[in-house]
Amino acid sequence: MAAITFMKTPAESKLGEQFDALRALQPALPSTTRRAEAFERFAAKGLPHRRLAAWHYTDLRGLLRDAFAPAASPGAEQLAAASAYLQALPAPQGVRLVLVDGCFQPTMSSLDKLPAGVAVASLLDVLAEGSSFATDLLAAENLGSGEAMLALNAAFMQGGVVLTLAEGVRVAEPIDLFSFATARSPVALTTRSLVEVGAGASVMINERHVSLGNLASQGNHALVFALDEGAAVDHVARLDGFPATALHVGTVLARLGAQTRFNSFTLMDTPGVTRRQSFLEFAGPHSNATFRGVTLLDAKSHGDTTLVVTHTAPHCESREYYKTILDGESTGVYQGKVVVAPGAQKTDGKMLSKAIFLADGASMYNKPELEIFADDVVCGHGATVGNLDEDQLFYLRARGIPLKEAQSLLLNAFAADAIEGVATDAIRDELTGSVEQWLRKRQS
Amino acid sequence: MLEVKNLHVEIDGKKILDGLNLTVRDGEVAAIMGPNGSGKSTLSYVIAGRSDYEVTEGEVLLDGENILEIEPEERAAKGIFLAFQYPVEIPGVATMTFLKASLNAQRKARGDADLSTPDFMRLVRAAAASLEVNPDMMKRPLNVGFSGGEKKRMEILQMALLEPRLGLLDETDSGLDIDALRIVANGVNALRAANRGFLVITHYQRLLDYIKPDVVHIMSKGRIIKTGTAELALELEKNGYRDYVADAA
Repeated sequence: MAAITFMKTPAESKLGEQFDALRALQPALPSTTRRAEAFERFAAKGLPHRRLAAWHYTDLRGLLRDAFAPAASPGAEQLAAASAYLQALPAPQGVRLVLVDGCFQPTMSSLDKLPAGVAVASLLDVLAEGSSFATDLLAAENLGSGEAMLALNAAFMQGGVVLTLAEGVRVAEPIDLFSFATARSPVALTTRSLVEVGAGASVMINERHVSLGNLASQGNHALVFALDEGAAVDHVARLDGFPATALHVGTVLARLGAQTRFNSFTLMDTPGVTRRQSFLEFAGPHSNATFRGVTLLDAKSHGDTTLVVTHTAPHCESREYYKTILDGESTGVYQGKVVVAPGAQKTDGKMLSKAIFLADGASMYNKPELEIFADDVVCGHGATVGNLDEDQLFYLRARGIPLKEAQSLLLNAFAADAIEGVATDAIRDELTGSVEQWLRKRQS
Repeated sequence: MLEVKNLHVEIDGKKILDGLNLTVRDGEVAAIMGPNGSGKSTLSYVIAGRSDYEVTEGEVLLDGENILEIEPEERAAKGIFLAFQYPVEIPGVATMTFLKASLNAQRKARGDADLSTPDFMRLVRAAAASLEVNPDMMKRPLNVGFSGGEKKRMEILQMALLEPRLGLLDETDSGLDIDALRIVANGVNALRAANRGFLVITHYQRLLDYIKPDVVHIMSKGRIIKTGTAELALELEKNGYRDYVADAA
């Protein structure tokens, strides 16, 4: 196959060169061919740009001037830094899975704690086996309607985990999925993980992206969920330590069977450019999906939440509830699209995005969309943007509470009702703590 | 303690207070009565520091210091307390959290250390008991779903905790039934002290049966037009404002 030559920007050309270099090192596996196909799909489109509706407010072609080199396998120093970070955290109740610079680290992961009926494999091992799993992993971007960044993810994926829950296995404690960026020079990280939840099984996945060393990084992470009938998944995603030079694109892909429940929460509170995008399909009836999030933006940070929920099966309920606080010259984006296919009768879909401005220089773009091809559905969307309530602020200040502290009290309350939906007490408390920390930093 | 001198206040270019003069002395309960639109609530908001009013002339002195230049929270720390006519509902902020933030912010502004949680709880419980406030209300978001009477009792509870120099009561009697009025008035009376003054704003004499004023001012068109004793309030109740308002015109 000829190298791709019709790249448009320096970053795109560099990605082409990087992919050629990567391919030269790979053994001839079925997955190698699939990677090449994925790269071709990416190359045909190039980096997403503002003329694409889905990326209108997050112009990656403009933002990604340079494509950083894929991260090298971590050395002892990198692994030690990640270990130190983990040791400073409260001891995990459940299983902890760790990726460092894109590579799965079985020795840092608590695989000995895996409950019966739960299996973990390295993504690269699964790809090497050439099983049908590999095909699923590579083909998963179909859910994302041919998303270019997902194609790029499939082409470059460096590592990840494949987590399988057997039928009926209920994992009580959250499973932590850490991805560290530790490299000493700017790097690109590409990970892809799969969580396959058997019929009637349930799990909480605590997805955490951590940047150590304050370095620029370009992350492209995909997390794929497949829920069999009656399965339930809770999911929380958050970022820690990313500097203003960081770019993070995180994609959640979920396919829900009948009578399933999917409950996802995202906290975006780091500087830099962050896009969290989710593509969910109701493939079976009587299922429920909830997406909630809190986005805290200051200075020149950019936070983009994009969701596409497709109701293919009837009798499903989807909810989206996002709270955004914008300070400085930050930019917030909420794009929620609910698609109701013909025949997906009795669909109940609602979206709500609320934003509060703390500064005149901030911008918020709310774009809810409904595409309905069935006639017996209930769908709605709402979006508000505004300032804090002057009457409430005056009341608090008249009681002696200084302006910024009064704002913090109100902002905390504003964020809190989105966090309430997180099922695990400990994680909910941590999220509340993160919001308080962000507000305190603002206060000082 | 409080001296309002030649206060002129406008909102959106409309004159509300027109050269108002008023003094509240230490230990004094002063009542302000007046018809709707005379500027009573504006006076209380301006003293407390609401920013949507424009003071075009005059001074408000608390213990000799002009407080018009300082922020509402600084005024609160110096001892100004406004019991709101319409206490604001604040969803998501537990009443207890608010009370603690408020008390500690004022202590901090005055250079005192934060109260320990047990000491704070003791204070709150005592204040709640005296105002017949159900302790469960403290866990609920501030003023959200409170009845009119509960909101007003919560205002007085805050005043009891914060121990201000000057309590401004803006139509605290509005929306209260007789029992709630008695509880609220008892709460205020219990706070009467030699080093504390009250400015009680009301339409009706009824509240003054429970909180006996030392002095009664009648306000009309943004000024005090008559000052007298508690007898003046009784006279007003009988004859209405018409005589005084006509005099002023």
